Amino acid sequence: MTSETVVTTMELPRKRRGPVVELLSRLIRTKPLGAAGGLIFLVFLLAGIFADLLAPFGMNDTNLVHRLEPPSLAFLLGTDHLGRDVLSRVLIGGQISMIVSFCAAGLATFISILLGVVSGYFGGRIDMLIQRMVDAWMIFPGLVLLIVVISIVGPGLVQIIVILGLLYGIAGSRIVRGSVITIREQMYTHAAQSIGARTPRILWRHILPNVMPVVIVLFSTRVGAVILAEAGLSFLGLGVPPPAPTWGSMLSGTGRTYMYLGPWLALAPGLCLTIVVYAINVFGDALRDLLDPRMRGSR
Amino acid sequence: MQAYIIRRLLALIPTLIFASVIVFFSIRLIPGDVIDLMLSQNDISTGQDRANIEAALGLDRPVIVQYFRWVGSAMMGDFGNSLWQNTPVSEQLLARMPISFELGLLALIVALSVALPIGVYSAMRQDSLGDYITRSFSLLMLAIPSFWLGTLVMVFPSVWWRWSPALEYTPFLEDPIKNLSHMIVPATLLGLSMSAVTMRMTRTMMLEVMRQDYIRTARAKGVGEVLLVVRHALRNGLIPVVTLIGLQAPVLIGGAVIMEQIFVVPGMGLLLLEAVSSRDYPVVSGVFLVVGVGVLLINLAVDLSYGLLDPKVRHQ
Repeated sequence: MTSETVVTTMELPRKRRGPVVELLSRLIRTKPLGAAGGLIFLVFLLAGIFADLLAPFGMNDTNLVHRLEPPSLAFLLGTDHLGRDVLSRVLIGGQISMIVSFCAAGLATFISILLGVVSGYFGGRIDMLIQRMVDAWMIFPGLVLLIVVISIVGPGLVQIIVILGLLYGIAGSRIVRGSVITIREQMYTHAAQSIGARTPRILWRHILPNVMPVVIVLFSTRVGAVILAEAGLSFLGLGVPPPAPTWGSMLSGTGRTYMYLGPWLALAPGLCLTIVVYAINVFGDALRDLLDPRMRGSR
Repeated sequence: MQAYIIRRLLALIPTLIFASVIVFFSIRLIPGDVIDLMLSQNDISTGQDRANIEAALGLDRPVIVQYFRWVGSAMMGDFGNSLWQNTPVSEQLLARMPISFELGLLALIVALSVALPIGVYSAMRQDSLGDYITRSFSLLMLAIPSFWLGTLVMVFPSVWWRWSPALEYTPFLEDPIKNLSHMIVPATLLGLSMSAVTMRMTRTMMLEVMRQDYIRTARAKGVGEVLLVVRHALRNGLIPVVTLIGLQAPVLIGGAVIMEQIFVVPGMGLLLLEAVSSRDYPVVSGVFLVVGVGVLLINLAVDLSYGLLDPKVRHQ
């Protein structure tokens, strides 16, 4: 009887699919809202990548005849106080947001993994030292830290990516560390240690693959956070310097003075920000529920 | 409880040391030419001024000496003098601190009075239409940038109804009504953005607590729903929410910087932005350190209240 069961299961192997395809199909089946969020984000990502092709006008083409025009067929989202096409500027602004968010979230994830794995796996004094530094780092409000550091190193794309990466990377290392500590105590890790596997091999073959779910979730939530932080900095005039348009800077500075005459100027960039961040948050939540049940409701 | 407080206080020491190192060395990152820039901005580029500024920033000593001198005087409340105004930084900090504190407190009141009732309601009527709307709203509030909401509040009421929020700060003691009518708009926006996370947490915790055996026991004894929630469920459900409020202190302060800028509230955030744009580094490092220590103290207060609320924590 038992052997029969074994035979049947062996005769009917489950259809093998790649882990990514498997995850995607689970996402669509069980979390339609999250999948929709992912799709919306993908649309923005593609719009960002192809912004130069999609933008009907140059981002800094001024046209003083068409100043502060409300949305029309020629200018789908209207024009600003210098007669620049708002749609084109929103598209290029989206491109900058995407570049910053992916680079900074990528860097942040890398730093989180590095600190989290070292701190969590080795433990002891190293852990103690790293954790106290993380404690100290985390008492400073993100925006305040950003303002101070940007005021010293000066605004610019690279500076912002590095600083946002550091800011979120150090904060996120806590989550990776927690996960590493659990994995370190698992049977398979102890087994690898007892057969004499070297530390780099254990880290690479056992620890890293198992923290990946946490890391993927961390990355997705970081993308949203970084977009918001970059927009906030740009709003304060400390982001990517003009004339490059960013969603944050389009809502501040001289733009704000003209919003009373052209209220549509206040809508497009803010709406884009809200939709992108909403989409990535919903997507991240769904991913978290699928990949890492322990983190559920932790935000 | 006493041992618990002492343990918490001792745990602060390493954090404080590292925090002071972060503040100190971030200011030390200033490249030399910034001093030149400061001089050229003010057309006073003589050798004497350069030496003065270096002395004011304490750059003329070995780094270790600089650090200990700086920590020593900061512990006495001396953050040096403002580079441009030549007044003690501590004076400026003391003038701005109560304003930021008021804004934060108002925002917290708004956040809690929105988040707690709605979070509890949402949990009591799980999966109802109301619950669904509430959850969507809180997710949306997480995504809307507060500076956009602020901009909208500045622009649209004035376009539609010719009304715009007051932008003139009046001290509370001088004219409480005028003060509150100015502060209430930024405080509400700040509070709303903070309420989203708190609301979610309250809902999650209430859902968890309401399934516990002791709640069922209380119900079986015939305790009314209101009393059940207030006396039995909230007490346990709120503990993680209190922690969350502590964790949000940095968010609150960070968000306040933007609100202070939009609504011209002369608090610490605006002071920081002013100092940054005029490159007044003693003020920048003063605000930086005070904000960090402030968050640390809030976290301490939260930890201590946690010990009061939950006997398990005290005895660990």
